[in-house]
Amino acid sequence: MSGPGTAGTGRFAAHVRGARESGALVVQPRMGFAGAGRMREGLRAVRDVAAPTAGTVTVDSYTRVGEYARALEALRSGTELNGFPLVAHGVDGTRGVLDGLASADFPVQVRHGAARAERLVATACAAGADATEGGPVSYCLPYGRVPLRESVRAWSRCCELVAARAEPMHLETFGGAMLGQLCPPSMLVALSVLEALFFREHGVRSLSLSYAQQTHPGQDLEALGALRRLAGERLGGMDGADGAVDWHVVLYTFMGVFPRSAAGAFRLLEESARLAVRGGADRLVVKTPAEAHRIPTVEENVGALEFASAVAADERARARTRPVPVPGRYGVYEEAVLLVDRVLERAPTVGAALERSFAAGLLDVPYCLHPDNANRARAVVDPWGVLRWADPGRVPLPRRAGSGPEPEARGPVGSRRLLDMLGFNARRFDAEDVLGRRLADGAAA
Amino acid sequence: MPKYRSRSGKFVVSGVSSDAHTWNLVFLQLMLEERGHEVVNLGACPTDAEVLGACLRERPDVLVVSTVNGHGHMDGARLVRALRAHPGLAELRAVIGGKLGVDGGTGRHVDALVEAGYDAVFASEDGLEEFADFLRELRPRRRAPAEPVA
Repeated sequence: MSGPGTAGTGRFAAHVRGARESGALVVQPRMGFAGAGRMREGLRAVRDVAAPTAGTVTVDSYTRVGEYARALEALRSGTELNGFPLVAHGVDGTRGVLDGLASADFPVQVRHGAARAERLVATACAAGADATEGGPVSYCLPYGRVPLRESVRAWSRCCELVAARAEPMHLETFGGAMLGQLCPPSMLVALSVLEALFFREHGVRSLSLSYAQQTHPGQDLEALGALRRLAGERLGGMDGADGAVDWHVVLYTFMGVFPRSAAGAFRLLEESARLAVRGGADRLVVKTPAEAHRIPTVEENVGALEFASAVAADERARARTRPVPVPGRYGVYEEAVLLVDRVLERAPTVGAALERSFAAGLLDVPYCLHPDNANRARAVVDPWGVLRWADPGRVPLPRRAGSGPEPEARGPVGSRRLLDMLGFNARRFDAEDVLGRRLADGAAA
Repeated sequence: MPKYRSRSGKFVVSGVSSDAHTWNLVFLQLMLEERGHEVVNLGACPTDAEVLGACLRERPDVLVVSTVNGHGHMDGARLVRALRAHPGLAELRAVIGGKLGVDGGTGRHVDALVEAGYDAVFASEDGLEEFADFLRELRPRRRAPAEPVA
């Protein structure tokens, strides 16, 4: 399993690499409960899924925003939280949850969403978590009001904590999600790569780059290809040989408004599993049919993981019969590489370059309300599901960008149009439930 | 669009301290602006003090709290108690809506939130339509006099 240069990247990376070499996709849930007992039960159930999995401890919102006392109070009074209050449980409590469950075949990641994350990451490191997730932009802009400058400083220290641990630890950028919806794929790819470069700059040796499924399978497939190509160009080979960092790509099943019907939800999940395999992602973070209604149960997560894994195996078996997509049709790579270069030339460090680029509106996440985001750029879903810039604001685009403003993308975005666009996938997949058949097999287009 | 439009007003739109979701807030801003209202959008994760500060500064007609992360029944209640405890804000019209608990069954939280001090709670499947009705029926209300600026 450990090839040349792979020593020292830790068991999370080794697990993903092992699955890749055996032709399997690692599947992973989002899951967090307040109590240690329930958290352990959830992890155990995910470990026992008949597929390569990684475990997840999703942290609650109080801990995410640093309200540790409030999390502790909820824990003591038995109030259910929307995740695991990791700091309130502390190093020993968290270690107790992982002990005997986390292993080389079942590494566990802590997912949270904190901008000021030092205490949380330090606790996760000390408790023996195999991986965590984050990034100076992706855990700041979509998540609240912490100034970007402060988040960059905090995440510099978090990376150093991860890098300094004796037992190597993996770090995943959340840059491929950015509000989950209506952020053009090229911006997601660029932010994922930029955060990966930031991680490397601060000593992290094992990392993953993310991308969240959007509204058009062909465009998403091209985006995954662009992400892998750009990562390869800027980070080197995936196996960490010759001093390069170890990296892989992780896909998130659609994170926006979810189909309400079980059939529609499973179809969307199916499409993400096929996309992961076709796009060369090595890991998939799933959603469940409960998504439109509430936080999923352990059983719903297990069902979603088994389903996604089976679909991935099926897709792998039929991969050779799939038509080859037209490269560059949506211009994702061309837009992303221009963005990355324009950002990096603004400062000697990635962190400073990110701060200056947001201040200048060069990086601009559409509809993001954070005070440090220009929020001038606008994106829309066109009638075919392609995510396009309606108005790039000051975001630089190549002169003939495939996803630039086109007639169908123009016009103001009002509340009705916003709801329509946010609900595009929900409508599309719920309609399939009503009709009992697929409207269009976009993945084969 | 309604045929008649009620008097335009000023709204502070806000999430609660632990909720990072913003699509609900982006949508509400557009919806209110289309009805001719002025909106100050506080975005995600404002502390209670930030919400109170914004209400004292902006003197809105209505504070609209929207939250979907499941902590709303706790954070929303604490926020409105702080609001009602402030002499300058005790009379401010305040409403809340969204997914208010982690289990999807938000009905049982409605009474508690009204009890805590909200004028209206929109938590059902038809919450958005109910909110639109609320806007149509909105009438000028005696406002507490602005506090002298310290």
